[in-house]
Amino acid sequence: MSETLTVSNNGVAPGASATLELSLQGALNLALDELLAEDPKALVLGEDVGTLGGVFRVTSGLAAKHGAERVFDTPLAESGILGMSIGLAMAGFHPVPEVQFDGFAYPAVNQIVCQLARMNYRSRGAVPMPVTLRVPSFGGIRAPEHHGESLEALFAHVPGLKVVSPADPQQGYSLLKAAVRMPDPVIFMEPKSRYWQKGLVVTEAAANLGTADDGGDAPSSAEITGAGLTDAGLTGARIARPGRHLTLVAWGAMVARCLQVAELAAEDGIDVEVLDLRWLKPIDADALATSVGKTRRAVVVHEAPRTSGLGAEVAQIITERCFGTLKAPVERVTGFDVPYPSGDLEDEYIPNIDRILFGIQRVLEYKRG
Amino acid sequence: MQTLGTRPTTAGRAGLAGAPREPLPELPAVEAATGAELAELYRLMTAVRQLDVAAISWQRQGILPAYAPELGQEAAQVGSALALDPARDFAFPTYRELGVARAFGVDMVEYMSTHKATWHGGLWDAAATHLAPIQAVVAGSVLHAVGWAHGQTLEARSAANGPANSAAGSADGLPVAITYLGDGASSQGDVHEAMNFAAVFKAPVVFFVQNNGWAISVPTEKQVAGGSVAARGAGYGIPAVQVDGNDAAAVLEATRRAVAHARAGHGPAIVEAMTYRRGPHATSDDPGRYRSLDEEREDAGADPIARLRERILAEGVATEAALAEADAAAAAEAEALRLGVIALGPRPGAEMFDLVFQEPTDELKRQKAAWREESEHE
Repeated sequence: MSETLTVSNNGVAPGASATLELSLQGALNLALDELLAEDPKALVLGEDVGTLGGVFRVTSGLAAKHGAERVFDTPLAESGILGMSIGLAMAGFHPVPEVQFDGFAYPAVNQIVCQLARMNYRSRGAVPMPVTLRVPSFGGIRAPEHHGESLEALFAHVPGLKVVSPADPQQGYSLLKAAVRMPDPVIFMEPKSRYWQKGLVVTEAAANLGTADDGGDAPSSAEITGAGLTDAGLTGARIARPGRHLTLVAWGAMVARCLQVAELAAEDGIDVEVLDLRWLKPIDADALATSVGKTRRAVVVHEAPRTSGLGAEVAQIITERCFGTLKAPVERVTGFDVPYPSGDLEDEYIPNIDRILFGIQRVLEYKRG
Repeated sequence: MQTLGTRPTTAGRAGLAGAPREPLPELPAVEAATGAELAELYRLMTAVRQLDVAAISWQRQGILPAYAPELGQEAAQVGSALALDPARDFAFPTYRELGVARAFGVDMVEYMSTHKATWHGGLWDAAATHLAPIQAVVAGSVLHAVGWAHGQTLEARSAANGPANSAAGSADGLPVAITYLGDGASSQGDVHEAMNFAAVFKAPVVFFVQNNGWAISVPTEKQVAGGSVAARGAGYGIPAVQVDGNDAAAVLEATRRAVAHARAGHGPAIVEAMTYRRGPHATSDDPGRYRSLDEEREDAGADPIARLRERILAEGVATEAALAEADAAAAAEAEALRLGVIALGPRPGAEMFDLVFQEPTDELKRQKAAWREESEHE
């Protein structure tokens, strides 16, 4: 998105036709607000999502605006939340359940893996599951145990689920809208350490004003595409920063960190491309092939433990598609094969700038033996 | 419940420890089963018995790889299912609900397809028949019934709030979900969550428990603390009734009471039908390893179909000849089903890929293309 965009609501109600400066939390809230307004079958449910507005306030104000029957608190039981969502979907609703923290998706794994993911298949398509499960995800906020986990590989391994993670407010707004409109189950992993980071958001209403490549207030066609507001932009990866020498592949909170790393690498004359994968299932293999086909080097970065992490899948896709032109094996910079540590140690665990720079260095210095 | 010591300061708020509890609502009274209904129960139960017994022999003959018989549970299954309206209500079965499927009018070849290993969930259209597909995690679908039921409440409120439909959803009451579970399933945490959610949301759902004495090899007394699943209803404020599950008319009446309660918007109800699993858990099971034939004879009690037959003849509801006609029709149905099951071929392998999602991913399409290229045999 262009740096020249400014908040330009011009007296129009926020969200109506505006480009807004929002936090990720605010962008997700706006997306849910608009989804509830456009789709009478959409429901929001979970622990504390109603009166309180969610522990991260993502559902703030929605119950008051759309009614306590459409945005409602459930008892404190994750299996119940997911099982109930499945039944509501069977009754024709489009539930958007929340589990409060990533680690609390575990008590619901039976309902997610054995039921939600399989109902369309089991019923031969007669009972679709348009359910988007919102999961505040990943670490970085010095939280108690099970409040900072990275479950993408677990969910991506399950046939019948789609998995997506937004990196910034624009992606949060656009991807949540796309996910909820899908007729299949989507695990929506929100990077909780990025909830309060602000960014400019082109709303759908603003995009629908038409493009204004002549310099008017409305976003340009390039900005609309970059914001993920076109069909093509909704299903694949996106280039968060173009570069020529090496591709950093990341998702969720690691995208912002990789952008920082790219700036530092640029000071040493290394031009890093950052590919925000966005969809973790399905993975955009073509985008990986295009980017790494150009840079011929890749490092994949994730917070989750290394063994059987999604980085292995990404590395294999790149190897299959780019083996002939790769200058070095795909490098992984990841969390370790340990339980997610306490807050004092989480900076040692989450890939930090130094570790990512070392990964880049190993790839750049690789010599064929 | 005994209260010790000083009353908690929060006492007085409804439902908190120490506060006086509201008495459980009574399930409404309903009409007793009519003579015509007794005859209908018999017609369905004898059909279910013959299909069920035949299915075991088909497994022995290699027509079915495996089967989970419901022998002895015909009264519980048919009696409960007849209390529902398949056009608007929705049933969530276990893998042992042949009697419910038959009473709901599900095509029996499509039903048997799950046991023929044609398709896990069965081939019938769950959306059209209002019988959820079979799933094998015990208690896995109990919460789905609660969600579906709450959806009916939301639909009714939405219709009531609409400008033109103020009466919609209220005149005939709510569509009701019925979820089938056994004494074994009652040990699963999801059943607790489901009963709690149902009571909190006042969802129109009936928990129909077939307490058949056995969860494979484990008897109820080692499974159900307190001895009764129905007794747990009190803790949730859910009215519950225990019924002789081998008395079809009593099951029909008990379930009708529970359905009437839910339909009127008063929330969930529990029916615990005390019955007996006369056969093995499944065709691969060997009950001789955990119960003797003498024990089976003693514990099973009178055959539910023989009991119904005796009552029908005693009350003059139908003649011997009419019942024999029903038995003959059932035998013919079983033979027709045998031919249908034999004729049922495998599904095209492409369905493995096509039915995972409503919108298949490109990766799945690639895998399907590779499968076609490398593995598909005509």
